[in-house]
Amino acid sequence: MNNGRRQTSFIAKLVVRIPYAWMVAFFLVPFLIVVKISLSQTAIAQPPYTPVFDLAAGWQGFRSFFTGLSLDNFTFLGSDPLYILSYMKSVEIAAFSTLLLLVIGYPIAYAITRTPRRLQAVLVLLVILPFWTSFLIRIYAWMNILQHDGPLNQLLLFFHIVREPPAWLSTDTAVYIGIVYSYLPFMVLPLYATLEKIDESLLEAAADLGCPRWKTFWLVTLPLSAPGVLAGALLCFIPICGEFVIPDLLGGSRTSMIGQTVWTEFFANKDWPTASAVAVVLVCLLVTPIVVFQHQAMRGTGRGS
Amino acid sequence: MPTAATKRGFGKAGFAPWTESALQPLLRIEALSKRFGGFAAVDQLSVDIYQGEFFALLGPSGCGKTTLLRLIAGFEQPDLGRILLDGVEIGSVPPYRRPVNMMFQSYALFPHLNVEANVAFGLRQEGLPKAEIAERVGEMLTLVRLDNFGRRKPQELSGGQRQRVALARSLVKRPRILLLDEPMAALDKKLRGETQFELMELQRRLDLTFIIVTHDQSEAMTVADRIAVMDRGRLMQVAPPAEIYEHPNSRWVADFIGNINLLEGRVGADRVSVEGTALGRIGVAAKIDAQPGATVWVAVRPEKIRLTTGEPDVEPPENRIAATVADIGYLGDLSIYKLRIGDGIQLQAALANTVRSSERTIGWNDTVWLSFQPDAAVVLTR
Repeated sequence: MNNGRRQTSFIAKLVVRIPYAWMVAFFLVPFLIVVKISLSQTAIAQPPYTPVFDLAAGWQGFRSFFTGLSLDNFTFLGSDPLYILSYMKSVEIAAFSTLLLLVIGYPIAYAITRTPRRLQAVLVLLVILPFWTSFLIRIYAWMNILQHDGPLNQLLLFFHIVREPPAWLSTDTAVYIGIVYSYLPFMVLPLYATLEKIDESLLEAAADLGCPRWKTFWLVTLPLSAPGVLAGALLCFIPICGEFVIPDLLGGSRTSMIGQTVWTEFFANKDWPTASAVAVVLVCLLVTPIVVFQHQAMRGTGRGS
Repeated sequence: MPTAATKRGFGKAGFAPWTESALQPLLRIEALSKRFGGFAAVDQLSVDIYQGEFFALLGPSGCGKTTLLRLIAGFEQPDLGRILLDGVEIGSVPPYRRPVNMMFQSYALFPHLNVEANVAFGLRQEGLPKAEIAERVGEMLTLVRLDNFGRRKPQELSGGQRQRVALARSLVKRPRILLLDEPMAALDKKLRGETQFELMELQRRLDLTFIIVTHDQSEAMTVADRIAVMDRGRLMQVAPPAEIYEHPNSRWVADFIGNINLLEGRVGADRVSVEGTALGRIGVAAKIDAQPGATVWVAVRPEKIRLTTGEPDVEPPENRIAATVADIGYLGDLSIYKLRIGDGIQLQAALANTVRSSERTIGWNDTVWLSFQPDAAVVLTR
């Protein structure tokens, strides 16, 4: 009996630790490797950086490994405006896209919760339906739609909305179209999940206490959906910051997002240490404020329930 | 018209506005119908409710009592019929413009607002000055004994405290009618009992009109001036609790409220007796409102039956019979005796346990005499 209980508690502990183990193995360890590379120097070698940890050299190898590390790459990032501009561009595009996604996604999620229950499942399915086609194919489809003589321009010309076909590709507009299109489900789903949970009687109570519908939405529905807004915004903002494929295929060459900068450093310049430094800075820039923000939010809503 | 003072002065007994035909009801419901698909939740229902009344809607689940309440609140639109408040039709007025407030069964407290903001919510919609809102919220929190809880979130309160916040929130707007949907369903039994008396006290002190929906008959009996017994969207009987209990108007009501013994028979030639029941002939006190020979039912409450070990004196002598004790249910304050008469007819009698159990004389399989006075029996014609 006692033994049995000890066994279940062992299994329970194990189950709890699996996610931690996963995070350590597939996030923390690779991240530490990236951090290490970011502190190294480029070298024409395999792997293309020094110092490399040499076990055979013993204590001497250990010492030379640590003396070989430096923060040079990070000071270099600060000295070249290319990187700072790239970071700013990423954050700008991510922030504005997230806003657009909220403006478009919220009404969609709200409308789904207002439809009869039987229909809701179908509508949610429709929201995630595009995932069944490869992401790359969908972006190529957008390239087709947006090209000079593509369907969009043909439509605009046909309805005499424009006289000259505008250039869509290689503009920020195209990047926004691609991002909003691709990330919409990530915004709609968490919003729908929170909106769907709001107790109908709360809305009736607001009406009973003198609120017309629009005011009920403003005073009850919107504040209660804040966790969904936060979740959706984070779920979109973070990956958009590091987005590579969409700006690369749809965007222009004048300014590049940070994902493209990393790619260029890694594959065009073969400069692994600089690329790693760029990635490390991005993680610090994004993760720190988000962790603080979420901690605050947890304290605000999670208390006492 | 009875004011708060007269009501307090004479107690509940002196309060009976429904007997004054000249009085205009506060709320008049006329032939109201509401269907959901093919199901008539409220069916051709009419009732008048008066200022200062504590009115209970009682019925089994699915009888339409909550739908009726929601029709009054404005959450449902009637298909047919009218709802008049102070003589003005309000059937199509949206809920946010009706001078009635509702206390929800789930309490429906806003989780993102603290207690103060929850209570102030309704007043803010009226656009009152801040100082007045703060004052009225403070008064109301004092009234429900939650003075020091204003800054707490609903999730940080106990069930009983949440219930009082919900009450304060619905009362603070000074509604013409307060609607209470199963307000005590989530409380434990002891707290429910206390809350019932608090609610009555509050209703009398504020001289408000309360309409409560409940499926708990003892709750309805305790709090209400009048009870409307509902079944399948219709009102079966509307009367003060004692009348509902002592003079049910049908077998359905008699059977729904409390326990009762029903004996089928035919009206005797003298029309003050019923013949051919399981007990034979039964004498009743009042003249039966049916032709001799018509099928009727004699209803006797278990506590009105007397059990004796010897043959009792009762007038008329037919209202007694020998029986065997088949079962005894001991409830503490009461004991329920299941009595078998002749070939398997069972009756129930309830006796208060005024003496300790070791001294009681009636036991299993004893032969006892059961008897009842003619005025203990009610004759039901339907």
